[in-house]
Amino acid sequence: MTQITRDDVLHLAGLSNLQLTDSEIDGLTMDIGNILGYVEQLGELDTENTEPTYQVTGLSNVWRDDKEINYGVTREELLARSPEVVDFQVKVPKVL
Amino acid sequence: MTITEILSQIKASSARKVVEQAIAKAKENESYNALLSLTEERALKRADQVDSGKITGKLAGVPFVVKDNYLAFGAPTTAASKLLENFEAPLQATAVEKLEAAGAICIGKANLDAFAHGGSTENSAFGPTKNAIDTTRVAGGSSGGSAVVTALDIVPFALGSDTGGSIRQPASYNGVVGIKPTYGAVSRFGVVAMASSTDSMGCFTTNIEDAELVTGIMSGRDKNDMTTLPDFFEIEADAKPNQKIGLVKDFMSDDVDPEVREKVNQYVDKLKAAGHTVEEVSLPMAEYALAIYYIIVPAELSSNLARYDGVRYGNRAKDVKTLAELYGRTRDEGFVTENKRRIMIGSFVLSSGFFDAYYQKAQKARTLLINEFNKLFTGYDALIGPTAPTPAFKLGENTADPIKMYLNDIMTVPASLAGIPAISVPAGTNGAGLPIGVQLMGPMQSDAKLMALAKSMEAA
Repeated sequence: MTQITRDDVLHLAGLSNLQLTDSEIDGLTMDIGNILGYVEQLGELDTENTEPTYQVTGLSNVWRDDKEINYGVTREELLARSPEVVDFQVKVPKVL
Repeated sequence: MTITEILSQIKASSARKVVEQAIAKAKENESYNALLSLTEERALKRADQVDSGKITGKLAGVPFVVKDNYLAFGAPTTAASKLLENFEAPLQATAVEKLEAAGAICIGKANLDAFAHGGSTENSAFGPTKNAIDTTRVAGGSSGGSAVVTALDIVPFALGSDTGGSIRQPASYNGVVGIKPTYGAVSRFGVVAMASSTDSMGCFTTNIEDAELVTGIMSGRDKNDMTTLPDFFEIEADAKPNQKIGLVKDFMSDDVDPEVREKVNQYVDKLKAAGHTVEEVSLPMAEYALAIYYIIVPAELSSNLARYDGVRYGNRAKDVKTLAELYGRTRDEGFVTENKRRIMIGSFVLSSGFFDAYYQKAQKARTLLINEFNKLFTGYDALIGPTAPTPAFKLGENTADPIKMYLNDIMTVPASLAGIPAISVPAGTNGAGLPIGVQLMGPMQSDAKLMALAKSMEAA
C-alpha cells in the first residue's frame, strides 16, 4: 500500500498550488492516505487487455467554424471582474 | 404544486403574484439554508414582462431555482465557495437560457457542497442545508439546496448537477424526483466544471410529468458544448408494456438499510403487477465503482479547478508579495477542505510514476463496468435498485470520515461512470417518516423511456 507522508502532502500541495496552513497538513495526510488505500482495491482487477474509457459519448472530431467567439461578452465586462486592473491589463505581483 | 397547477394559477391571477408568493415562501423557509441568494429584482421584472405579454412560452411565469454552480444573472454565482463569493456571471448557462426562453423565471440560487464536492451539502462555505423533512438531518448533496426547495414546494422545479449522484441522492433524501440524464443530453456550458467526463445537468421535480417537460426544454445539442449529443429526447406518453427489468442484487445486500430494501421490493411488486417482468441480476463491477470514481473524478476536477487562481476573477488573497504566494494563498483560503483533498488526490493520481497504476487503471476498470452494463442491457430494458443505502443521515454524522461519506454514493456512481441515464423516484418513507428513493437506470439515451416507466408507476 502506498504510504503517504507529511512530505508527500507538502509535495502534492505544491503541485496543486495550495499553500496549506500547518493545522491542515496532518488531517490531509491521514485522509489522502486512507482514500488512496481504498482505491487500491482496483489492483485486484485484470485489465491487461482492456482499453481505457476517457469519454462515453462516442463522439469524435466535433468541429466548429474557425471563428472568434466572444459569447456576447465584452473585454470591459470581463476585466470588471478582475481583482486588480491597470490600463486594461490584469495586475499581479512580481513573479520572482 | 405541479407546473400545470402553477400555470393555471398564473392564468387565474398573474405571474407577478405567483413569483411573489414563491419568493415569500423562500424567505419564510430561510432556516433551512437551502438558498444562497434570491434574484428578486430580476425575477419580478421578468414576471411583469410575462404579465404584459412580452415574455411567452411553455413555462411563462413558472418560478424555478438553480443550483449555485450554474452561471445565472441576478445574484453572484458562488459555487458555495469563498473563492467565488462575489462573482457576477458575465453570461448564463445554456440550460438557464433555454428555460428563460421558455418563459421560466429564476427566483434564486441553491446551496451546494462547495464546487459540488460532497454528498451532504455540509461542505458549503456558507453552512449546511437542512433536510426538508427532518431538520436534524442532511439534505444530501451536492445539490442539497435544489432538492429542499423542491420538497418544500417553494418552486415546482429546480436545477442540479450530478457527477456521481448529486441529483439522485438528495432527491431520495427529500422525497422528490431527481433526474440524471444521459451524459451529453443537456449542455454543460456555463456550469462550474467538476469532472468533465461525468458532469450531467438535470432537474428536481415533484412528479415525472414535470421532469419530462423540463428535460425536454433543457436538453439538446449545444454549439458551445462539443460533448452534447444530437437531439434525441422525445417525451413518451405511455410506458412500453411487458418490460424486462433487472433488480441489481449487488445493491440489495444485508449492508443496505432493511427499510430501503423493503421499499425497493414494494416498487418491484408494483412493476410486476403492471405486467413487467423483474429478475435479479448481478453487476459485479459495482463493488469497484466507487474506487474508480475516486480516481477519475479527482483527476478531472484537479485540472478543472486549476483555473481558480485569483488572477482574472474571483477573490484574491490580500497582502501577498509574489505570484506564487498569490496562487497558493488564494486557493488555500478559497477552497474548503474537501476541495483540497480531492485536488491533491487528483494531482497524485496524475503525477508521473503513479499515472499508470491509478489513473490509467481506473479508466480501464471503467471499461469493464461499462461492458457489464452493456451486457445487461441486451437482455433488460432497465435496471432497478435503491438510490442510496440509507435514508438521510444526521448532520455531522459522517463529516469526520471522508470514506464513510463517499460510501453513500456507492449506488449512484456506476451510472455516472457509464454515462447512462438514471433517475430517483420517491418510494415512500421509513417508519420514522424519512423519504426513500428508488433508482431506475437504462441504456444510453433511454431517458424518455425510463421516465415513461416511472410515470406509469406513479398512479399504481
